[in-house]
Amino acid sequence: MYAISKFINISQNVVCENGKTIFHNQEDNFAAFMKNVYKSLNISYPKFYKMDDLCKLAFIASELLLQNETENDIALLFSNNEASLDTDLKHQQSIQNPEDYYPSPAVFVYTLPNITIGEVSIRHQLKSESAFFVAEKYQTDYLHKYAEYLLKTNKAQKVLCGWIHFLNGDYKADFYLVEKMGILEHSKEHINDITK
Amino acid sequence: MAVFIHDTNIISPLGFSTDDNFQKILLGTSAIEKVFINDKIGSVYAGKINDELFSNHFQSINADFKGSRIEKLLIAALSPIVEKNPLKKDSVFILSTTKGNIAALANDDLSGAFIDKLVQNINSYFGFETDPIVVSNACTSGVVAISLAKRFIEMEQFTNAYVVAVDELTPFVVSGFQSFQAMSSEPCKPYDADRTGVNLGEAAVAVYVSNENRTESIQILGDANINDANHISGPSRTGEGLFLSIERAINEAQITSDQIDCISAHGTATLFNDEMEAVAFNRLSLQNVPTNSLKGYFGHTLGASGLLETVITIESLKNNVLIPSFGYQQQGTTQQINIITKKEQKSLKTALKTASGFGGSNSAMILVKNSENVRN
Amino acid sequence: MDALKQELKERIINALNLEDISIDDIQDNDPLFGDGLGLDSIDALELIVLLDKEYGIKLADPKQGKEIFQSVETMAQFVAANRTK
Repeated sequence: MYAISKFINISQNVVCENGKTIFHNQEDNFAAFMKNVYKSLNISYPKFYKMDDLCKLAFIASELLLQNETENDIALLFSNNEASLDTDLKHQQSIQNPEDYYPSPAVFVYTLPNITIGEVSIRHQLKSESAFFVAEKYQTDYLHKYAEYLLKTNKAQKVLCGWIHFLNGDYKADFYLVEKMGILEHSKEHINDITK
Repeated sequence: MAVFIHDTNIISPLGFSTDDNFQKILLGTSAIEKVFINDKIGSVYAGKINDELFSNHFQSINADFKGSRIEKLLIAALSPIVEKNPLKKDSVFILSTTKGNIAALANDDLSGAFIDKLVQNINSYFGFETDPIVVSNACTSGVVAISLAKRFIEMEQFTNAYVVAVDELTPFVVSGFQSFQAMSSEPCKPYDADRTGVNLGEAAVAVYVSNENRTESIQILGDANINDANHISGPSRTGEGLFLSIERAINEAQITSDQIDCISAHGTATLFNDEMEAVAFNRLSLQNVPTNSLKGYFGHTLGASGLLETVITIESLKNNVLIPSFGYQQQGTTQQINIITKKEQKSLKTALKTASGFGGSNSAMILVKNSENVRN
Repeated sequence: MDALKQELKERIINALNLEDISIDDIQDNDPLFGDGLGLDSIDALELIVLLDKEYGIKLADPKQGKEIFQSVETMAQFVAANRTK
């Protein structure tokens, strides 16, 4: 049996930990929201400002789950519906007009959704199993089973699962940590509740 | 539970079947040539599927289908596999791609660029009854997709999987690699002293994976996908993630590194990638194992590359032939590795396939031919 | 020249999203890479785009960047001598 030890939900200017609001943003703007949460964490990580919005969201959600974590063998299973389309649109814009053609390497590098995994792995030094999935909605059945497989086969000691949505200013993050002990049973019902 | 790879298919500039592709490679043919991208970019060295030839080929599969080019590539790759291995109730479609139908964005078609839409269309085209799985893990996606097939079969979620990988050569990707100063202005030379970067390519590849042990099947003995946790675009200088991936794959396979007969490595022909691989292989005492990169034949086909190279490696095992690393002349990494320079018949049983990519991702997989089925 | 250096500092901060750094924090001769501003390989590539976009300078060989991007001082001298816009 495995358990969910902690979960984080971010949407509509609110950050919730285990279902309780821990941060409420006053400004109605994603960039300011993420910056305010980042400041509240009291960490110095200038690379945060270089990330695209999808990575910022994944970074903040993961930070809230892993800030006091000592385990490094934590698998990352991230997913969403739009992959990196928000940044893809920015790169496309930079090459659309031949008169104003300046593709940016700092934008292009974020045109892969698994860069979210890279950023979180670097921050928490996770040399671990990972995969980025694209799906219409959160794949509870598959991810429930896969997380338990990774734990049972000792391919990871803990598994961080996350749904990260960011497209054209619309956003949502649902993250939870799976391990041996926790506050909720690692069941499909609880996962559906967390990711609804 | 043992998991095996059975039938395979490749749609690439070199041909429209695994056999076509493998025969071209045995003849030393490369798909890399000057390809016109658009007025702004001009021409670059790349591997591009000829639209007219492919269109003729597709006519024989489905003359009525009106979809995007990438959907046709996927259908062409998977159709012969499904014909030979009819779908079952629990069959699953696993797709590997980095950019899907990103070409749609150039036409302001945002909804057409959703990978999820692409996979749903293909899933219903073939009539899969389960939800598809899509993995987008940069240049390791193709190997990760087979790894996921193996694992989901091991956990008894499915008994069989149709793994398909695709990426297209688009101005989107070419412009990005150019902004990274990662493109070679000549045909690429993986591991060579004069290598100057990547050639891009495109392909669609399909394989059938299941728990049945048939004659001529290849067993997936071990696999791992470990992140470098070092940099989002640059490979780790110590090759840490690749080292750990190979080490774990070898341990799971319960073999020793001296049992590996050949390595199909990533070899993009960038200075740092090839150097990183040489470091990782040396850390694992794999420096004397015959090794190739297949990028010189196809270019870097991104999300398709891992699966494409796995299929060619399977043919290499089945035919007991070492495939030369196209474009290589003299050692260009600080640590020595054994790059294959000429085609050679040799009894082969066990291969290592690796891939590495942006986001610090790495993958390794051990493939073994059933000894009863050795074809000499 | 001083105006160009100020302009470069502003553009570097913007292009590289150096959120917590202001123009006054960057001295003309501070190393941009390594211990200086802590820039990395993607930043170096982004500076190549900046030269092209803002000053019409295309670097024939990206390796040239190593010398040009030593500091704001070296960048300003290179831009002043090679700009086409």
